[in-house]
Amino acid sequence: MNGLFRGLVILAGLLAVWQAVVILSGVPTFILPPPASVFRSMVGNAGLLAGHAGITLAEILAGLVLGTGLGCASALLMSRLRPARRWLLPVLVASQAVPVFALAPILVLWLGYGMASKVAMATLIIYFPVTATFYDGLRRTEPGWLDMAATMNASPWATLRHIQIPAALPAFASGLKVSAAVAPIGAVVGEWVGSSAGLGYLMLHANAQLKTDLMFAGLVVLAAIGLTLYFTIDALSRRLLPWQSDDLSTNGEP
Amino acid sequence: MKIQPVRSPESPYRSAPGIVLSGAGVVLDDGTRLFDGLSLEIAAGKTTCLLGPSGIGKSMLLRLVLGLLKPRTGGVADLFGTVALSNGEPVAGHAAYMAQQDLLLPWLRVADNVTIGPRLRGESVELASDRAARILDAVGLGRVGDRFPAALSGGMRQRAALARTIAEDRPLILMDEPFSQVDAITRLRLQTLAADLFVERTVLLVTHDPLEALRLGHRVVVMGGRPATVRSVHDLDDAPPRDPTGDGLLRRHAELLRALEEGNRWQEDRR
Repeated sequence: MNGLFRGLVILAGLLAVWQAVVILSGVPTFILPPPASVFRSMVGNAGLLAGHAGITLAEILAGLVLGTGLGCASALLMSRLRPARRWLLPVLVASQAVPVFALAPILVLWLGYGMASKVAMATLIIYFPVTATFYDGLRRTEPGWLDMAATMNASPWATLRHIQIPAALPAFASGLKVSAAVAPIGAVVGEWVGSSAGLGYLMLHANAQLKTDLMFAGLVVLAAIGLTLYFTIDALSRRLLPWQSDDLSTNGEP
Repeated sequence: MKIQPVRSPESPYRSAPGIVLSGAGVVLDDGTRLFDGLSLEIAAGKTTCLLGPSGIGKSMLLRLVLGLLKPRTGGVADLFGTVALSNGEPVAGHAAYMAQQDLLLPWLRVADNVTIGPRLRGESVELASDRAARILDAVGLGRVGDRFPAALSGGMRQRAALARTIAEDRPLILMDEPFSQVDAITRLRLQTLAADLFVERTVLLVTHDPLEALRLGHRVVVMGGRPATVRSVHDLDDAPPRDPTGDGLLRRHAELLRALEEGNRWQEDRR
């Protein structure tokens, strides 16, 4: 509740600054529309925005599922198999040297103007943080736990399932949170390069027609999608990993 | 509070085997020889304490006995010699391990931590749960079985680790300074509890605390030097746990400290 209140105060503060800039600078509304006209545009174009937002959201979610699935599989493979680690890790690191945005035109060329190229963009952008954090989490299992499991005659599979994976979940959850924050970037960049629908497409066209208020409205919806995703994953990880939440510290003697 | 030892009526631990090390050695990656042909017999059904200063490789020796060391992994270059039970079988699979840290899994409730062994082996957890509840009662944690480890104090966590070790139901118990991270009073209580719970099993306890060795050991083996060797062996006749304030114990404490110091001096001369 406290957090919600703080969020509202921050939002109100930002809106006030925005309004003040508009009034004090006297810039024309097609450069910087006041918050009220963005809000009017949101209400007036609610149907249009919702339609395009639905498409972008679908791209982001599909990218999240695919990127997370591929990332988890790669991390597990690398942590279990030495050859996978030796061959996949350099590829993974090298792939990060290629800016994903530079790949957008190629992906559109290969996969077309439809959703597939945007899903691929989102997947690519999500894949790395998920793989890197989950792999790190799997690798950094407390060695004592592994020793203990070995003295208990645990099979490698049981050790992975009962110790390494649960131990890596907090790291995985933080990777997923980062992913949720960057996933919209992938989808929108893909839409900018070539598309016929989605918030990125809508904003690009609104921009070309100097409908700045509509562009800002799209931006607000995009930010809302990003925030919702982030907080949903945050809430889920708190619910599913109660043992690592903050309010569970020592309540006995120190 | 007197704690009833947790064991089945037929007490399978009466026939707990001992451990025989012959010519055992560990060479680290940097060429350091931690042990060089160490031969040692750990008496069956008794508690043997390996006493030595920090850094001479006591933990490594325990991990060697447990079969956790492998050549060319984890900083270990090579191993030699043999470690086996007195009946010729390997130690792995017959020994429960209790480390310096409690090693409780933070995502499992205390009761589930106690049954982690059956869980890891894919055995029936239901069967193990009843037993775990009794063991938790015996270590005074009957009421906190459904809490997460993070909600427990250091002493309680170590008791939970003790419960998990007992729940493994092995004739041998190997411990690596298990009570070194709790305060003095808690440590004394935990030692008494452990001594009562481990009756008749073969226990190998590694420690740097002479008082702990004297409270719990039937035999205290003082180690020192590099590569570490046995400096002296002290057999104690009365049954542990011994009263920490007794005159006899304090006199032996002085003796052990002297023996430890000699081991240490020898090590410094060698450098």
